[in-house]
Order: sequence, then C-alpha cells, then structure tokens
Amino acid sequence: MTKHRKPEPVQVVKQRRDGVLRAMVEGVPYIRFLGIEFERRGDELTGVMPFSEQLIGNPILPALHGGATAAFLEVTAIITLSWGLIWEDMESGALDLDNLDSDHLPRLPKTIDFTVDYLRTGLPRDAYARARINRSGRRYASVHVEAWQDNRSRIFAQATGHFLMPQRRG
Amino acid sequence: MSDKLKMARQFIQALPHSMALGMELQELGDGSAEITMPYDEKLIGDPKTGVISGGAVSALMDTCCGAAVMSHPSNPAATATMDLRIEYLRAAKPGQTITTRATCYHVTRSVAFVRATATDEDAENLVATATGTFTVEGHK
Repeated sequence: MTKHRKPEPVQVVKQRRDGVLRAMVEGVPYIRFLGIEFERRGDELTGVMPFSEQLIGNPILPALHGGATAAFLEVTAIITLSWGLIWEDMESGALDLDNLDSDHLPRLPKTIDFTVDYLRTGLPRDAYARARINRSGRRYASVHVEAWQDNRSRIFAQATGHFLMPQRRG
Repeated sequence: MSDKLKMARQFIQALPHSMALGMELQELGDGSAEITMPYDEKLIGDPKTGVISGGAVSALMDTCCGAAVMSHPSNPAATATMDLRIEYLRAAKPGQTITTRATCYHVTRSVAFVRATATDEDAENLVATATGTFTVEGHK
C-alpha cells in the first residue's frame, strides 16, 4: 500500500496563502493608496474597494471617478493573474515564505492594453471585482474583469486587457 | 485668465479623485485639454522599478478626455465616460511628470469621441495612447 502524506493542518495552509497574498498586495503603493483589499476563497480572489471621498469624480451626483474604477479593475486583473502564477510555487514550497518583499516575489505582469466599458454610474459605496483569466500563455495573457456594488448581477463596469507575463529567471 | 480656463480649473479642483492624484490643468479650449500629474511614490505600481501604476495613468487620461469634452464649442452641460481604451507603449520614467493631451474630435447630440496621448519628460516618445467615447448630457 502506498504511503499518503498527512494533510497539512488547515491553519498552516491558510496562514501561508493569506501571507503571500497580503505581501503581494501591500507591496504596491498605488493599491494601498486606493485602499483596495482582496478576499480569498481557496484560489478565488475578490477585489474590494471600500468607498472613500477621494475616489469621487463627480461631486454633484456624487459618483466614483472613472479613473478610480479603471484602476480598480486593472489592479484586480493584475493581482488575479499574478496569484495564478505564484500558486504552484507557493504550494510546492519553492517560494521562500520568509522573504516576501518585491525583490523576492515574482515581478507583476505588465499591462499592454486595457479597455473599460462603463455600464452604470459608480455609486458612493464599496465596490467589488472579480477577474476571469481567458488565456494565460507563456508571454501573453488576456483577462476579463467585472465590477459590481450592491447587486452582483448589476455590473457597473467591465474591462478586458492584455498583459505581458513576467519571464522566469534561469 | 480666461473665464473658460478659470471654470475648467475649478472643474478639476472639484474632482476629489483628480486632486488626490495631484493633477494640474495646464491648457484648455475648443475641445482639447492638457493635464499634468507629477511623480509621487503613492502612484507606484511596480515596487521593484518605481514605475507609476497603469491605473494612475488611466485616471489621468480619463480626466483629460472628460475635460476636452467639456471644453468643446458645443458646450455640453455634463459628460461621463462610456468606453476608454488605453495602450501602454512603454513604462514612464520614475521621477518624471506625466503630461496628457486630449482632443475631442467629434461630437454628436449624444456622444463625444476623444483621443489622448501621454508622455513623460521625453516628449518625443509616447508613454500611452487612449481612445474614448463619452456621453453628452444636454447643451448649455
């Protein structure tokens, strides 16, 4: 009979995954500036952009700035892509968990182009976004992102972008 | 300062997000606008190189395109972004101010069509280009 490896305790798994995700997100000043956070369910990520006054573009309505919405969608696409790239190394132990600064974490994918479709006014409240990786090749990736506020089925903005993947060293 | 430029400066100063990113309106008139955004560490998107985030450039392009629409001779009362596509040609040099110029080249009763470019201090080589469509909400 083959020997099975004992499963890791759930707390160890969660601590590792949450720690890597936190390091990735907190390492980017612009993500911190916008106040964007990520919630994780297994490998699925949801971007959360809590409302703040500095995200307002139209003070009369008031409405979120189209630029804040675009940045939120782009950040969600990049972090979701990067999370997919890092997953295997994180789970196999190849990633050095004691050194999770920008010198040790893999480089982030670079945006080649990004097209935002504004469907509704962004309301002055929290926004959520999820990205779907439609293609992830060795050099290029194509990602679609959707953002919503109160109702998951009422998307207020969506975007498609192409990204240049970071090249592995060696 | 012309009334229109004064009005436009006030328009930008009334946009909390544009103010938070440090945008400054330089020129405005007849459907075109120029806005600058000085380099700031809070705008960094790549911690390894200090290159500014694509999202910050998007916000700058979006604001500049909106300002160009508002300054069009047809005098739209308000505008909102419908669609904006940005191409990132190269990384902006860390430490340098980004300058965007937008032109609203056609306006119908309901839609405005806009193009924009962004450069850093090397004005010969574009950092990014943008194409957008904006709503036109009535005329003054």
